[in-house]
Amino acid sequence: MHPKNLALAACAALPFLAATQPAQADADRRAVAMAVIKKDFEPRGQAGLDRLAEDGLQTLCNRTGNNPPAYVAQRLEADQMAGIRYPSDGKLLGDWKQGEQIAQSGRGFTWTDNPGLPVGGNCYNCHQIAPKEQSFGTVGPSLYQFGKLRGNGPDIQKYVYGKIFNAKAFNLCSEMPRFGHVGALNEQQIRHLVALLLDPESPVNK
Amino acid sequence: MRIALILAVATATAAALPIPGWAQAKAAARKPPPPAAAPKAEEKDAATLEFEKFRAEMEDSNPAELFEAKGEELWKARRGPRNVSLAESCDLGLGVGVVKGAYVQTPRHYPDAGAVMDAERRIVWCMVEKQGFNFDDIAKRPFASDTHTPDITSLVTYVAAQSKNMKLAVPLDDPKVREAYEIGKEIAAYRAGPYDFSCNTCHGADGKRIRMQALPNISTPQGALRGVQGWPGYRMTGGVMLTHQWRMGDCFRQQRFPQPKYASDAVAYLLTYLIGTANGLEYKGPGIKR
Repeated sequence: MHPKNLALAACAALPFLAATQPAQADADRRAVAMAVIKKDFEPRGQAGLDRLAEDGLQTLCNRTGNNPPAYVAQRLEADQMAGIRYPSDGKLLGDWKQGEQIAQSGRGFTWTDNPGLPVGGNCYNCHQIAPKEQSFGTVGPSLYQFGKLRGNGPDIQKYVYGKIFNAKAFNLCSEMPRFGHVGALNEQQIRHLVALLLDPESPVNK
Repeated sequence: MRIALILAVATATAAALPIPGWAQAKAAARKPPPPAAAPKAEEKDAATLEFEKFRAEMEDSNPAELFEAKGEELWKARRGPRNVSLAESCDLGLGVGVVKGAYVQTPRHYPDAGAVMDAERRIVWCMVEKQGFNFDDIAKRPFASDTHTPDITSLVTYVAAQSKNMKLAVPLDDPKVREAYEIGKEIAAYRAGPYDFSCNTCHGADGKRIRMQALPNISTPQGALRGVQGWPGYRMTGGVMLTHQWRMGDCFRQQRFPQPKYASDAVAYLLTYLIGTANGLEYKGPGIKR
């Protein structure tokens, strides 16, 4: 398809964004960039070409510089929120010790990772969490003393579980992955991470 | 011999510093019991400081010199099915055979190829079009492993070394190069994959880290320079010589993307954006990486 047609198709798919469309030159370049990406990648290991396609949320964030108009963002956040599956038994607090191990692991989903092995939470890559781990990233905010500062009642448990399951339900173009939504972390793993942040016995809250 | 000594030191240091970088930082953090207060984000861990010291000491005797010397031989030798040398046939943009200053003026647009090419892609193009090598043979194993360093890696290292201490000068006033820059910028911003990552997720803001690894903000000249400096580089992890093309691919790996094709437009455009953003700043030549 001609780049211009691709750009037009993109515009047609998002008519409600007409007012916020950047200059046409940008849309053309984005279309060319997408065509280049499409032709210039090859599958390797578990990373197939399907990963290059945008879902609706990525499309919106990519086209608005991660800053969509509030009324659209709210609608899509609600969609993401509706997809969060909470444990049927209502128990959201797991074992913080197992949570710490999951938080430490950054493995999973790269073309060098064995797809048969469990995926890590990648948490320390971006967040400060328990104080004894000094090798932490700063892409996300510090979570040190998370529960101590906010309590550990049912509302905050539900919030933390939901945030880990799908961060985009709370902030549409958040840089944090949607760990539950994409099936990276399962119910039990997310529970353990909730405990790491909220359990009074967790070193995070000491 | 000096080079043997360098390698011995490099190997010893690599052994003393367990790898990869993240694990290294973790090991260092384990040693002294941390104070009760949360550590400051700006503080460099012991492994980083140790490595920086080592890198400074190695600046004038980098193992990359080995590959540079091999690359010079390869550049001047008559090779390939057509038995011609790159020195007598390959135009990196400044005239046939001219290597001085060529690396810092790439990527650029080459009318004979009808494409914007980074230095590595251009050398591959010359190997195929002038010497008669088969592209697929080169692209099959384009990057070094612990047992094998491809000729192209040595050639790129040689060419890069001939731009040591010169200012980066990607010809962005050429409309075709400017267009490649803009498309590269879009590629850097493109979020997709299971984790919704783009290049900019990690490299779009100042002062960010993954674990203890500081992340350059490639949208700024100084940040982009950090993404350019030291490539091609001798990587302590595994003791291999790796190119800037390899580094772009490894970013996509960590982004959970599939693999960019070797010597493709996508990588050339991304490098145009990255290196072009650092235009005017000084390139120090092939380096050492953790």
